[in-house]
Parts: sequence; C-alpha cells; structure tokens
Amino acid sequence: MNHATKAKEFNKDESKVNWHDKALWYVREKRDKSAHSIQGWEYLRELGSAIKANVLSNLDEYLVEFESNAQKNGIHVHWASNAEEHNNIVNSILEKHNAKRVVKSKSMLTEECHLNPFLEKKGIEVIDTDLGERIVQLAEEPPSHIVLPAIHKTKEQVDELFQEHLGTKPSQGNPEYLVSEARKHLRDKFLKADVAITGVNFAVADTGGFVVCTNEGNADMGVHLSKVHIACMGIEKIIPKEKHLGVFLRLLARSATGQPITTYSSHFNKPEEGKEMHIVIVDNGRTEQLSREDFRASLHCIRCGACMNTCPIYRRSGGHSYDYTIPGPIGSILSPGKDLKKHSSLPFASTLCGSCSNVCPVKINIHEQLYKWRQVIVKEEKQPVVKKSILKVAGIILAKPSLYGFAGKSARFALKHLPKFMIYNKLNAWGKARDLPEIKNENFDEWYKKRNKNG
Amino acid sequence: MKVGLFIPCYVNQLYPQVAIATLELLEKLNVDVYYPQGQTCCGQPLGNSGYEDDSKGACKLFVENFKQYDYIVGPSGSCIYHIKHHFDILEQTPEVQKVRNNAYELCEFLVKVLGKTDLGASFPHKVGLHKSCHGLRGLKLGSCSEVKGEHYSTEEDLLNKVKGLELMSLNRKDECCGFGGTFAVFEEAISTKMGKDRVQDHLDSDVEVLTGADHSCLMHLEGLINRNKQPLKVMHIAEILNSSL
Repeated sequence: MNHATKAKEFNKDESKVNWHDKALWYVREKRDKSAHSIQGWEYLRELGSAIKANVLSNLDEYLVEFESNAQKNGIHVHWASNAEEHNNIVNSILEKHNAKRVVKSKSMLTEECHLNPFLEKKGIEVIDTDLGERIVQLAEEPPSHIVLPAIHKTKEQVDELFQEHLGTKPSQGNPEYLVSEARKHLRDKFLKADVAITGVNFAVADTGGFVVCTNEGNADMGVHLSKVHIACMGIEKIIPKEKHLGVFLRLLARSATGQPITTYSSHFNKPEEGKEMHIVIVDNGRTEQLSREDFRASLHCIRCGACMNTCPIYRRSGGHSYDYTIPGPIGSILSPGKDLKKHSSLPFASTLCGSCSNVCPVKINIHEQLYKWRQVIVKEEKQPVVKKSILKVAGIILAKPSLYGFAGKSARFALKHLPKFMIYNKLNAWGKARDLPEIKNENFDEWYKKRNKNG
Repeated sequence: MKVGLFIPCYVNQLYPQVAIATLELLEKLNVDVYYPQGQTCCGQPLGNSGYEDDSKGACKLFVENFKQYDYIVGPSGSCIYHIKHHFDILEQTPEVQKVRNNAYELCEFLVKVLGKTDLGASFPHKVGLHKSCHGLRGLKLGSCSEVKGEHYSTEEDLLNKVKGLELMSLNRKDECCGFGGTFAVFEEAISTKMGKDRVQDHLDSDVEVLTGADHSCLMHLEGLINRNKQPLKVMHIAEILNSSL
C-alpha cells in the first residue's frame, strides 16, 4: 500500500488527526523556543553539519581509529555488513553467555535489522525498556516515530494495553498510575536480564567510547544490572573527537524535544570489571548511500525526529503511513536507497515545503533530496500510465506556444460548458473536497491583445 | 530598465485578474514593462512530479522568451523559485544564467529592486497573509519560524503600508497549505486536510480577506472555502496592492 492510501486511512478519524497534529506541533514549538534561546543556534547547526561532512569524507579512517581505541579499552568490536550479519553476531554473543533474557534500550538500528523477531524465534525474551517502545512492543506494532515511538496511541489505549498485558486496573488513562505500573513491570525485567542491548548516539573515534542518550535512564539501568552490554551502531554514528559532543548533545536534545539536554547522556568507555562490552558496527546499505552524491548528506542524520514533528504531512498521516523503520521526511530520503520499488511513493509524500530542512540540526537538504529522488524514481520505477501520459504530453504542449494556446482554450471551454457531473466525479480528485476556479470569459493573453489593439 | 512580465500558465488561464493587477501595478510605478508573447510555463509541475527531463523544452522556451530583459517579474513565488533553482538542468549558457539571476517574485522586485513599500494602495479590510513555502523558505521573502534570526517579511512590509489594511496575526505563521502541485491530487486526503486547517486558522483570526504571493496556494484554499461556503474572500497580493478603494 502506498503512502497516500495509508494516509487516507489515517484521515478517516479527523479528531485523531487533529490530536496527533497538535501533539507534534507542541513539540515543534517547544523546539523553537529552546533552540532560539541559544545565541549561536544557526552557527551550531553549521558546525554540526560540517563535522558530519568531515566524518563522511573520512569514515574509513575514523572507524578504524575508533575500533583500535575501543579495543584498547577492552571492548570487543564486531563488524556487520548487513542486518543478517548483525543479528547473527548478537545471537552468537548471547549463545556464548547462554543468555535467555535481554533488555534493550532504544535503538532504531535494531529495529531496522528486525532483531527482536529474530531473537524471539530463537526462544530469547527481548524486552524494550523505553516506555514508548514497550507500549508499541506490547501492541505488536512498529514505532511510529523515532523519538516518540507511541505518539499515535492515546493514554486510554495504553490503559487497555496494560490491563491486557500487565494486569493493571482500569484507570481511565491515568498517566501517573500507568507509569508506576510500567516501572514495576520493567524493574523485574531489568533485575532478571542476562544481557543489555543499547543503541549508540555518538561513537567517539579519539577515545573509543560512546554515548547513549535517554530520558528514562533505561540504558544505564540495563547495562549496570547485566553482565554483558552489546551496543549496536550504524557506521555513520562516528564523531571525530570527544569535544564534538558539546555540539551534538546540544543539537540533539533541543531539536528532539526542546530540552536543553537529554536527562541521561550516558558515556560508556570500557567494561566494568568482570563484565563484557561489545560493539557491533553495521553498514546495512549505508556505504551504498554514501556513494550516491545527491543523497550522501542523508547520513548526517542524528535521529532527533525534528523533521517529523515539523512535517505537516507526517503530523496528519502518522508514522505508520510511511511503512519504514524511519518515517517522515528523513525516512523518505533514506528508504528509497534501501528498496526503491517498495518505498517509491515516499518522496512524493511531501509538498516540498522545506520546513524539514530548516529544522534539521545537521542541515540535511531534505526537501531537495526528495525532489531528486522523484527524478530517479520516475526513470527507474514503473509509473501509473495516466499520470505518466499526462505529464509527458504536458511537456510537449508546454514547449510549443501554439499547442499551449489551443490546450488552454479547450480546457477553459470544457470547464465552463461541460455539465457539472462530467467535471465533478470520481476521476477528479481535485473536485472531491474543493471547487474548481470560476472560469473567466478570456485569459490574460486575450485580454492583453485586446487592450493593445484598443490602446 | 526593461522588465519582462512573466505570467504563470495557470494564472494566465484561470486568474487573468491577477495578471492584470500585476501589469497595472508595474505600469503605475512607471516600470518599462513588456509582456512577451508565446509564454507557456516554467516547467515546475513536471519537475516536481519527477519529469524534469520532459520539461526541458518548456524551460528553453522560457529562456528564449525572457533573455532580452533586465528583469523578469512574475506574481508567483514557486514559479520564480523553480526558475532560479531548477533551471540547472539546462546547459548554463550566459543567457540561462542571466534569466535565472534576474528572475524576481513580484513583492521581492517591488521592495528589493524598486526600493518601494508604499504604493499608495488603500484596502480597508482585515487581511490574513498566507506565506507560501517556496516564496518564504525557497526565495527567503521573509524570516521562517524554524530559523533563529531577526523577523522580516517582504509581503508584510508592503501590506503594512496599505491604507486601512489590518494585518491579522495567525496561530501558525508559516505552515504549508497542502497544495504542492500534483500532491493536491495524488495525496488528496492530506492535501485537503492541510488546506482546511490553514483556512480555519484564518477564520479563527478574524480574517476577512486571505492573501498571498502565490496563487497556486490560493487556488487550493479558495477551492475549499467555496466548497464549504466559508466567509473568506481570497485575493492575490497584487490585487490588494493595486487597489485604491
């Protein structure tokens, strides 16, 4: 199903659309206030973008530097070229420790690799410990937003879900009660876990350490209570130096939620005594994206979700309408690189308004990349015959003033004189909710000629 | 200074009154303005739909039509944006470069090139300004709500000088209306929802006349307003700036 169809489905409940739109717009406004309170905000974005560009141009060297420093610190480093390798590596570590229970803090990479179903098939319990992630896990749904994974759920829906899975009492969606019950439930899981898996927000080449940002402290809790910590990262998560964290931690939290900094910025540099720490460095299509000049900058992304919060289409179509791990504008420029056919409707799920590029903390030219993907898709993927024919013919007409003059006249004549049922019908998507403009007796060309004759 | 008047295809066919207002306004300001015959379209609908290659004929014709003018002025931010940013598909001859560099959206031309904001217009109504995305974020006709910096707005500068006009403040100052060219048809549900929400913002802000510098957005919003019989009049900014009620 393409984006438009799913978006139409989401729009059947207008009050929910309004609520979803307002909730995310609230986050966008919070981001504006928080970001604009920093004098050098735009400079900070420049800096973030420049550092990322430097990283991508020297990725090979930084990755090797990171590996060697991490190994010096006693961390095991693994390399995975794709999702399958990533999952197998994680599984082999679990097997080595005979681990059956895993707690996982937020990681879009493990979502991308579909790690949970892979491990569950092998009889391993994987618990997502971020509250929003846990909610969608219980609902057996993918996250609909990368920072606010359960933003599509109302508190009443969470109430029902908890009653069913955690045995809570009906509370009419009382947030305090539901959070305290989630806390109890998760505490038990934390205490019994054999292995903790986390994502990585920033991996620092010159120290071999890495940083995980959470608001709930669940990454720390998981890591400190388990014997083994596995951190999974995409190759683009590298930053050159520890001092660059000063740029990215500020950009990330303010862009994501409008907080000056995430509640927990957890720095992991080496394993505790008697424990093990692993890092799995994953490519999974990133090198290929790096090779595409027009789309390379999409790898700057620090996964803040600001482009989703600002996108007027995302806010009104919901994250699931994108049918990709990373939804919204950034997902729409990343996904075609992974599977052009499957995701070919996503670059068209935009008015190219440019708000995404304006909020992006690392200045990815998202809307320009959407435009560029459209050109690629039209050439490489089969297009609907009607759309294709209309646009191809339009190209011919618009290059010839005489044809254009005739076409304009005919169209205006038809719109003016055809009976209403022939204009407003199922074939006319414009006319479903909108009136067509009232047709005047003459166009500007004709008016201008007449005026000059008379004048 | 010779100015070529660029009238976008849909304005020519559907909104001649906008083109007339633009021409009259420029003439009133003693601009040496010409309307080259044989204009069609800037190619934007094709480019935005992914058919950029098929638009080359239209783009070349545009350059041919306008290469002799010092400035090219049109009452549509998105078309001008397309010329400036997407005519990179043509070979960059001096003529193509000249056309791209000298293409101006009407308001931008009035304020930046002519240096005029007070045009002697009078329009005693409560007006809501829809800031079109391509004009705002593309041509930088004004400051954007996402970006930190001083507030400025080319269209507001002009409207604030119109006698009797009261510019109303909106809740969401620069959210997209959802037109988006073929998006309006292929993503009909979202497009109309976005438009409805924009219209509601204007209604909630006591606006009588909704205006903007890009009539494609206005066509979409007006379509919704007329269908839903809402008490809002839609006019292009050129019509307001040209009025002397």
